Amino acid sequence: MIEIEHLSKVFQDKNGRVMALEDVSATIRDGDIFGVIGMSGAGKSTLLRCLCLLEKPTAGRILLDGKDLSALRGSELRAARRRMGVVFQGYNLLMQKTVAENVAFPLKLDKYDKAAVAARVAELLELVGLADKAASYPSQLSGGQKQRVALARALASDPEVLLCDEPTSALDPLTTRSVLELLQDINRKLGVTIVIITHELDVVRRICNRMVVIDESRFVEQGDTAAIFADPQSRIARLLLGKKED
Amino acid sequence: MQAFLNEYGMLLLGGVGETLFMTLAPTLCAYLLGLPMGVLLTVTKAGGIAEAPRFNAVFGWLVNILRSLPFMILMIFIIPFTRLIAGTSIGATAACVPLTVAAAPFVARMVEQSLEEIDRGTVEAARCMGATNWQIVTRVLLVESVPSLLRGLSISTITILGYTAITGAVGAGGLGNIAFRFGYQRYQKDLMYVTILLLILLVCLIQGVFNRIARHADKRSR
Ligand SMILES: Nc1ncnc2c1ncn2[C@@H]1O[C@H](COP(=O)(O)OP(=O)(O)O)[C@@H](O)[C@H]1O
Ligand SMILES: [Mg+2]
Repeated sequence: MIEIEHLSKVFQDKNGRVMALEDVSATIRDGDIFGVIGMSGAGKSTLLRCLCLLEKPTAGRILLDGKDLSALRGSELRAARRRMGVVFQGYNLLMQKTVAENVAFPLKLDKYDKAAVAARVAELLELVGLADKAASYPSQLSGGQKQRVALARALASDPEVLLCDEPTSALDPLTTRSVLELLQDINRKLGVTIVIITHELDVVRRICNRMVVIDESRFVEQGDTAAIFADPQSRIARLLLGKKED
Repeated sequence: MQAFLNEYGMLLLGGVGETLFMTLAPTLCAYLLGLPMGVLLTVTKAGGIAEAPRFNAVFGWLVNILRSLPFMILMIFIIPFTRLIAGTSIGATAACVPLTVAAAPFVARMVEQSLEEIDRGTVEAARCMGATNWQIVTRVLLVESVPSLLRGLSISTITILGYTAITGAVGAGGLGNIAFRFGYQRYQKDLMYVTILLLILLVCLIQGVFNRIARHADKRSR
């Protein structure tokens, strides 16, 4: 379970302070496919970067199974990171390494057994449907295939939580559907909690059981996806859903 | 032609050998020093994986000072150091010392530039997977930048080759020395032209070989 408690993030840049997240709270339960939807610049990526400990919150806490993540240092921090898999918006694959080597990367950070790593890589590539691309380089793959490699890599260390930043926004509708189905599969078969960040309503509608709507650095609405879709309360959710203001 | 080769063939061949030695040995040494220096410059930068802006500023400043010294001055300036290392301050082996000292900061900047090209996100991804800084350096930075590092190696080697002509002029041997003794002091134009031609050929050879290797090593372009 991930508890986000009164999280705020302020960036300091040349032209002053940017409030990227303002006192946001939410609970992501084990087994959820949790959608975070909002317009561009709302603070979605910042939320993800706080969750995966790339950014330090300005205020508030993030608890993973009751443990405060921002208090962790050194090897404890690295261990916590391995409990979460992240799929970045731009995939961020190693361009000079093969698909198999990319997926093996997180497995080789600790002491490892060569045969076990090879077996695990094969298993993961099978799972994402890229068994035949093991020896290819990322530059030889399509966007959807790169996304699958990033997914396999994120799953390599058997994380409890998978964080995905705009996993489908660069993909065509058909590829989007197959990636979403894959995510759903992963959630059901492996029991991995998934957080999906997106600006596409359809993504949330298709696979998220719970969601939060983020607007101008605040959570303006959260709850069961079905309930929010049936009766959106916030202005931005109504706008996104195409409901007329009354 | 035959007479020319009979008279100077061995001399020129020896010159090529010495020039190659004075180029490749210092290049190797300069990379042993410059590669870690370049990594240090990159990781300690603001926003780097081991941020230390103050150290970075001082270290960067030192590197720049070393780089801005004209090679001729540096060579004379460090003669005591050269004696200490090589036992003498003349000859091809001794020349390797100032060549290395001059090239190392240059190499450091070349390496820094190559590492800079790596996308921030790639490093962040590795960090998210729980990689240590050392693992990020050895398994991400130095791996992803290999093609660029190889192109930098080509430029560094050619730059050092250029420096050897200067050491040659002060008696360290090599093609530069031949050009200086015969072309400048005795005004034997033919011999000078041949040494120039040989130097150009060496540059092309080095560039051709390294760029070929770099292209072959780059997995992005196939
Ligand atoms: N490192 C940063 N420095 C300054 N401002 C930032 C930084 N990262 C994000 N921001 C700002 O925070 C806001 C939210 O950004 P982001 O989380 O990327 O939005 P989204 O992913 O929803 O499009 C934007 O106004 C953005 O300009
Ligand atoms: Mg974003």
